[in-house]
Amino acid sequence: MAAESGKVDPMHQFTIEPLFGSGGWEIAGYNIAFTNSSLWMMISAAVLFVFVAGGLKRELVPGRWQMAVESFTGFVDSMLAANIGPAGKKYVPYVFSLFMFILFANVLGLLPLAVVPGLHAFTFTSHFSATGVLAILSFSIVLVVGFWKHGFHFFSLFVPHGTPVLMIPLIFVIELVSFLVRPFSLGLRLFVAMMAGHVLLEVLSGFVINGLNAGIGIGPVVSVLSFILMIAIVALEFLVAGIQAYVFALLTSLYINDAENLH
Amino acid sequence: MPQIAQLSATYASQIFWILLVFGFVFFVIGRGMVPKVMQTVEARDKQIAADLAAAEKARGAADAEEEAWRKRENENRAQAQAIIAEAKAAAAKSTEGRLAEVGAKLDARIAEADARIASARDAAMDEIEDVAAQAAGDIVSRIAGISVDDAAARAAVKKSMVIG
Repeated sequence: MAAESGKVDPMHQFTIEPLFGSGGWEIAGYNIAFTNSSLWMMISAAVLFVFVAGGLKRELVPGRWQMAVESFTGFVDSMLAANIGPAGKKYVPYVFSLFMFILFANVLGLLPLAVVPGLHAFTFTSHFSATGVLAILSFSIVLVVGFWKHGFHFFSLFVPHGTPVLMIPLIFVIELVSFLVRPFSLGLRLFVAMMAGHVLLEVLSGFVINGLNAGIGIGPVVSVLSFILMIAIVALEFLVAGIQAYVFALLTSLYINDAENLH
Repeated sequence: MPQIAQLSATYASQIFWILLVFGFVFFVIGRGMVPKVMQTVEARDKQIAADLAAAEKARGAADAEEEAWRKRENENRAQAQAIIAEAKAAAAKSTEGRLAEVGAKLDARIAEADARIASARDAAMDEIEDVAAQAAGDIVSRIAGISVDDAAARAAVKKSMVIG
């Protein structure tokens, strides 16, 4: 939040900064600085680790924590069972990791840590360089599973049943393009949804600050209205955080279903 | 937009770290811990199913037991009823026998008593005759001065007594 000349830059929150003087770290000429983004990836992973570890007591009668963890694994398991069938069981670890990692990243990025001076929550899912990697991972799994299981028969995915022979070349191209667009739509959807919400919150918070600075008059009214709106939008953002994680996992499972079962 | 403005400077770091961290999440949490959690759930489901099956079986056994018990109970009741009826019949029979015996005894005694009464009455009649004959003889001798012999007086008394 660089408040230069009383203005709040809503994009500043997405800036990636190297931490601990790691700006010069390199592997084979590529910069691998440990950034605030990397830090929040690690925090998400660590919180997720603690969460799942807390549910690992393996008691016959579960406590609340174990119940919570089991409800998440059960949720992913039933989603895969519904979309893929019995073959979906082996993808539970991957989809669970994906879903929970994104969910925790989204929710942790919403924490109002900035009230503590010097702390800023960072949402790495608002960077397509991060979401893109996850999307390409999912897409790679679809490709590998598809060609592994079906070989070149996998291309029949692009020709739906009952297509007239004359239309096959055209349909094939259209289906192929829609298939190849998947990783982009998968990664961009999450990135855009997260970024939009954070920008909106930042813009509204700018209204609140500027309204208060404007002195007596219409300013405080704007501030109060903006603040009320912000509260509502924060609630909405929590919903979006969950929904986007769910959508990512759901689409991944649908794509894996294509690879497992073709049509 | 830092996502694009910083892309060339940060993409390598972003890709490296997310692969590293997500690799940790997948291999340690996803592959290491999640299957254990799911095993626990599965074991619990299995246990619950087994318990339910055992309870169902126990209920079936209890039902069968109850059925057998009821059958046995009915048999016992019938048997008891039979014994009671038998005992009742035997008791009635013995009562009847005793009653008949006592009745016979009483009849005999009554007959005996009747005979005694009859003989006593006959004796009393004879005595009355004697007394009446004597009294008649006395009365005749006193009033008429005639001495009536004993046999005539007795015949006259007998006559008047029979006519009465």
